[in-house]
Amino acid sequence: MSPTVVVLTALGYLFLLFVVAYLVEHDQTRASRLTRSSWVYTLSLAAYCSSWTFNGGIGRASQHGLDFLPIYLGPTLTFCLGSVLIRKILRVSRANRITSIADLIAARFGKSTGLAALVTVIAVIGMIPYIALQLKSISGGLAMMIASHPVAGPASIPVLADGALWAAIVLTIFAMLFGSRSIHPREHHPGMVVAVALESILKLVALTAVGLFVVYGLFTGFGDLFARASAATNLGALFEFSGTSRSIDWIAMTLLAMAAIVCLPRQFQVMVVENVDERHLDRALWAFPLYLLLINFLVLPIALAGRLFLTAGANPDSIVLAVPLAASQPVLALVAFLGGLSASASMVVVEATALSLMVCNDVVMPALLRWRGLRLEQKQDLTRLLLWIRRSAMVGLMALGYLYMRQDSEKYALVSIGLMSFVAIAQFAPAIVAGLFWRSATKAGAVVGISAGFIMWVYTMVLPSFAQSGAIGLDFIHDGLFGFPLLRPQALFGLSGLDPVTHGVFWTLLANIGCLIGVSSLTSQGPIERAQAALFVDAFRYNDAAQIWRRTAPLPDLVSLVARFLGRERAVAAFRSAGTAPGENATTERADAEMVLFGERLLAGVVGAASARVLVSAVVEEEPLGVEEVMRILDETSRVIEANRRLEEKSRALEAATAELKEANSRLRVLDRLKDDFVATVNHELRTPLTSIRTFSEILRDHPDLPLAERREFLGIVVGETERLTRLINELLDLSKIEAAGLPPSLPPVDLGEVLRECAAAMGKVFAANKVDLTLNLGDQPAWVSGDRDRLVQVGVNLLGNAAKFSAPVGGEVTVSLGGDAESVELSVADNGPGVAPADREIVFERFRQVGDTLTGKPKGAGLGLAICKRIVAQHGGRIWVEGEAGSGAVFKVLLRRVSGTVEAEAAE
Amino acid sequence: MPHAVKRRDRLIGLFVAGAVLLNPPILTLFSGGSVLGWPSLFVYLFGVWALLIAGLAIVLERRPEIRNDSDKGGLP
Repeated sequence: MSPTVVVLTALGYLFLLFVVAYLVEHDQTRASRLTRSSWVYTLSLAAYCSSWTFNGGIGRASQHGLDFLPIYLGPTLTFCLGSVLIRKILRVSRANRITSIADLIAARFGKSTGLAALVTVIAVIGMIPYIALQLKSISGGLAMMIASHPVAGPASIPVLADGALWAAIVLTIFAMLFGSRSIHPREHHPGMVVAVALESILKLVALTAVGLFVVYGLFTGFGDLFARASAATNLGALFEFSGTSRSIDWIAMTLLAMAAIVCLPRQFQVMVVENVDERHLDRALWAFPLYLLLINFLVLPIALAGRLFLTAGANPDSIVLAVPLAASQPVLALVAFLGGLSASASMVVVEATALSLMVCNDVVMPALLRWRGLRLEQKQDLTRLLLWIRRSAMVGLMALGYLYMRQDSEKYALVSIGLMSFVAIAQFAPAIVAGLFWRSATKAGAVVGISAGFIMWVYTMVLPSFAQSGAIGLDFIHDGLFGFPLLRPQALFGLSGLDPVTHGVFWTLLANIGCLIGVSSLTSQGPIERAQAALFVDAFRYNDAAQIWRRTAPLPDLVSLVARFLGRERAVAAFRSAGTAPGENATTERADAEMVLFGERLLAGVVGAASARVLVSAVVEEEPLGVEEVMRILDETSRVIEANRRLEEKSRALEAATAELKEANSRLRVLDRLKDDFVATVNHELRTPLTSIRTFSEILRDHPDLPLAERREFLGIVVGETERLTRLINELLDLSKIEAAGLPPSLPPVDLGEVLRECAAAMGKVFAANKVDLTLNLGDQPAWVSGDRDRLVQVGVNLLGNAAKFSAPVGGEVTVSLGGDAESVELSVADNGPGVAPADREIVFERFRQVGDTLTGKPKGAGLGLAICKRIVAQHGGRIWVEGEAGSGAVFKVLLRRVSGTVEAEAAE
Repeated sequence: MPHAVKRRDRLIGLFVAGAVLLNPPILTLFSGGSVLGWPSLFVYLFGVWALLIAGLAIVLERRPEIRNDSDKGGLP
């Protein structure tokens, strides 16, 4: 095929891609529609399938059967865990404006500049063979298309005639156009994403076309193909799976691919950085594995056809082109070539973009910022500088890739080179997984782990590859370093019988994980590290990262700092959208901690977390998070907890108080009802005598001619009722007085016997009038109680009065006696009246309750006497009750506490 | 959030199933031999792979009744 046609087709295709990308980035409506699609996101992830898949996978399949598959099964397994692992990375990266794998690791371990640089250097070194592989594949394909047959390797042709050089140059320009045209605060490259998605479609279409042609054009179908393959010598073994070492290789490849799908810089770029909507992930988590399945389904048939149709010496990595060419299908071959070109181009462009970002943000910028002679912090606009650093980084990367290709890649199949890169990149996986799920993983652990893995990688994989390409002597591979057989790089410590890649995977990851866990357990985290660890591990819990340290800065300083990297307009717009409008003359305004964090994240999106921290610390005034600060925060927290606890206590106390109040309220209601009853009763009791007084007075007024005897009788009734009224009112007053006023705290001793004698004397006339005999049985000894003498007299008078009233009408007898023991004095007043029925024994002490038939006979008292007695006795701390059989007289008893009266009586005198 | 937890558990289950079924020693059971003229290892690997993807698709595309469930992520 004519070189012009091939080259022009290739250039035309790349140009078309660029036009698409340009349209996407400049036609806002369509661009947003396309990049908002989860399908575009899914297809852009297929940047994973580089020319390594397209050419190398088929080459490996033709030699080892299905051994190429773990490289695609691994990502499928990782994606099963995607909603835990990848979603967490997305969440964390969005919250912290993380733009690269180096940024992610550095941000987790305390925003460490050193760690970011280490990761970047390893990523660049690890990716150079991978980029070289793409160039090799393009140049091989180009040469084959032009010559229409397999050609000698690129190293044997002059530099300027080498297609790989031109491919490198074209792809570098392509990468610059896509990846570093302008500075975007979140490093979104929608044009690049859509172009990669298109390339992914073409890859799939091209490989499927070749595959279907092979199956149905060269053979009559899958059955025919497989039948002829198994009949051929040497090919039957491709369908077998046996042997321990093959099993271990398979598992090692799966592990490697599981790590690579997350850790490869280009995968991180398309999967995390270019992600515009977290929900796209749900679709991609199953659709991307489906893409992998589809693109790999026809790989084995094509490989088998290559083995059956091509000569034994043909380069297995070019089967996909060689088969159509051999079958005289130049157009199909051209499609396949474009597919391979797509695979290489998408990988190189995204990888170069991601790596140049890392080199710029994590190595060059921190170095420049620390170089005081440059006075970089005083430059006004740094966006152009950033762009040129990135472009230079891209050129450097491609140059290194090209040099590596000419020097070293000759002796290796594509897959071996790619796997070497995978092992290097897999060294980031332990730090990432530990960083996201293990809170106490420390920066020291990450640094030592990654370094140990990297050193192992260099020793077990890179040095042997250099040795085999003749750059260094082969001796140390066979005899070991310094002649120690245990140090042979491909059989370290005597571990032999493994595939070199599996051997490398085992030792590098063992060293890496061992050091990470060991060193993390032995070291401790700094304050920032601890804060970042919490933000990362609990990413799902805190939607937005909480601000832990307190920093303030003059707002104009902060804005102008961000403006230097983002451009004035973008910076001001960003701050305005965050709710702060930095006015021109607001020089005194201050940015609070939240605003400082916002500014730092804006910067982090452009220059990386570590550099952003260094930059912001220049304008921030209160720095850094010291021990006292942490203690203060802890203190605040504990104060809040304490306050909360007290609040709870108070609310419990309030509840208790409420319950008490309720109880008191219900008691008050009862009392209120009692009071109403009392008032009603008093009303009735007062009205009865008043009514009769009024009635008889009216009779006397209206009938002046009444006989004298009758008049006298009526006046007698009026006088009697008036006396009753007076008595009633007096008793009521007494009662209220007793109820209102308590007794004084210390009372003088009173001789109860003497009190009773006094009462008996006072009541003598009453007893005489009622013809009742009163017997006093008081003994010789004084019975000392402490109390109010007058009130005790009232008790005695009331009891005696009652006894006089209720004794038998004929031959009434009342006996008053004193008894008791050393502790108490018991007074009893016994009559021989009708007595009190057991049911009434409590009631008689209530107000206005009179026992007996009040309907037939007039009540002999107001019914307050016993109530008054009960009050007075209760006030003296004593007890009053009634005993005696019904019908044989009542015995009222009063029990009071005895005091040693003599001393106190003397003292009282 | 019971839906998110259930979904996560199902996905982890798929991962474990895939990790076991797509790796040795199970693979050695399908060494050599053929099914309807197709190599049995080829049929087995792509078959399990396809089933795994179908399982992923079913679990991931099934939405809870309330749409914004997944938006809230793992908020407490």
